[in-house]
Amino acid sequence: MSGDPIYTEMIIEYSRNPSNYGKLENPQVIRHDSNPLCGDSIDLYLNIDDKKITDVRFDGKGCAICMACSSVLTEMIKGKDLDYVKKFEKDELLSELGLEHLIKTSPVRIKCALLSLKALKYGIYSYFAEKMDDVESAGNLKDEAANLY
Amino acid sequence: MQVTSETFEDLRTDFPVLERKVRDGKDLVYFDNAATTQKPNQVIDAITNYYRNHNSNIHRAVHALAEESTEAFEMTRDKVAKFLNIQDRQEIVFVKGTTEAINLVAYAWGRENVNEGDIVVTTEYEHHSNIVPWQLLTQEKKAKLKYIDIDENGELILDQLDEYLETGKVKLVTFSHMSNVLGTITNTQQIISKCKNAGVKTLVDGAQSVPHMKVNLSTLDCDFFAFSAHKMLGPTGVGVLWAKKEILEKMQPFLGGGDMIREVHKYETTWNDLPYKFEAGTPNIADVIGFATAIEYLEKIGMENIRNHEVELTKYALEKMTKIKGITLYGTKDMERRGGVISFNFNDVHPHDVATIIDKEGVAIRSGHHCAQVLMEKLNVAATNRASFYIYNTKEEVDKLISSLEKVAKVFKL
Repeated sequence: MSGDPIYTEMIIEYSRNPSNYGKLENPQVIRHDSNPLCGDSIDLYLNIDDKKITDVRFDGKGCAICMACSSVLTEMIKGKDLDYVKKFEKDELLSELGLEHLIKTSPVRIKCALLSLKALKYGIYSYFAEKMDDVESAGNLKDEAANLY
Repeated sequence: MQVTSETFEDLRTDFPVLERKVRDGKDLVYFDNAATTQKPNQVIDAITNYYRNHNSNIHRAVHALAEESTEAFEMTRDKVAKFLNIQDRQEIVFVKGTTEAINLVAYAWGRENVNEGDIVVTTEYEHHSNIVPWQLLTQEKKAKLKYIDIDENGELILDQLDEYLETGKVKLVTFSHMSNVLGTITNTQQIISKCKNAGVKTLVDGAQSVPHMKVNLSTLDCDFFAFSAHKMLGPTGVGVLWAKKEILEKMQPFLGGGDMIREVHKYETTWNDLPYKFEAGTPNIADVIGFATAIEYLEKIGMENIRNHEVELTKYALEKMTKIKGITLYGTKDMERRGGVISFNFNDVHPHDVATIIDKEGVAIRSGHHCAQVLMEKLNVAATNRASFYIYNTKEEVDKLISSLEKVAKVFKL
């Protein structure tokens, strides 16, 4: 295949064996999101304790890019402080899988790549707003999620 | 005109886009015709010619350009009438597409005729455009929306229609002439005759049928019929609602504004004659005129010949695809009962990944839910791949699809 690769070994591997796949019992945050055009649809589950992501899972149906990015995202944020997650940027996720080029080359597939990040930002937005009463952070997170793609 | 497989091969030169390369020099194989078709030079030229030489608003001014534009615009209505064997040109309303046509009926007819407790019947294989307008209407009116399910062959279970009709509450049965996902050709005549016996109105969504087979509205005898120009070589932004005159006459307008009025006073207005009562505002004049050329183009080839060409391609493709390990094909195998649409899944590979990989080979198919999420739920899949054919497609192109699927197998180590 020509051009920037999408279907690397790593992405195929994650799509077959996603990390942190499944549900959490009684999570603090559940966030559903979907891409209406392509049919990717995921639920993201977060356990948060003492401003730390103590556990994270996702489940749903999606393409290889969506499955791989969701897997990597959950790996990257597990055990991290909310502060880190709040500042976490899309480039960090995309570069982990060598998918930075999607921003320029594929406005359609970038949605597959960033769906889980969008769910994460919306998910912790409501957590900041409702559980931590941090209106400013919540507002920023909501804007970021809305403008992710 | 004597039509052979060479005829179809030859007409490819009429379509400039088919000459271009995509994705680093690959020939374009365009198999997304159920979404929209490519446009021949003749149609493109007709639109350009209109803007270069005639451009004017219609139906009002007396100057030369206005007269020419009006004549060309109205000539399309006559072409549509002849093409579909419609006796009365006043029954043909230009809209911007099938979606608007259905919404027009749901709004202008539905709000007057569907009341609390009434039933509107649709089917599991409808496009969202033949579901959502009826959800809006039935929710507003506290009426019920019921579905005719499909069987494992992708055909409608018409016994369910009998059950609905027996309630005496059904006001409208609305269904597609051909499924945009499965390609199933609906047993339209049977549904219409059942509905007529029960005194129930019918709406047929012809978006996928009119471009691909001979449709005769006089013998079909439904009450409403809708289709789009852009799926049959014509421009985007043009569609047709056909309805029986006595129904259109009783309907209130859909949109209010210029051209749809006879007299406007401060607090009251009288409506223009049909079909103008339903054509408020400046219409899509250039594209309606371009649409006439698209119809001429199709008539020259002949709709029976087009249907035969697509049947042959579809048979060929199905035969080859059946042999690929891990392919799931949806819809009936009976070619009498289906059009040139093939929906499939390939092992556990998500359709978006399939489409992205074969796009690198120049093959354009559609992947996703095809605006038919109700059907996707029924098939228990998130999405499917869909290859859909038209007059300019060839068996060689089908071969390219097959070989590009081998690439998918390689990437995903199937």
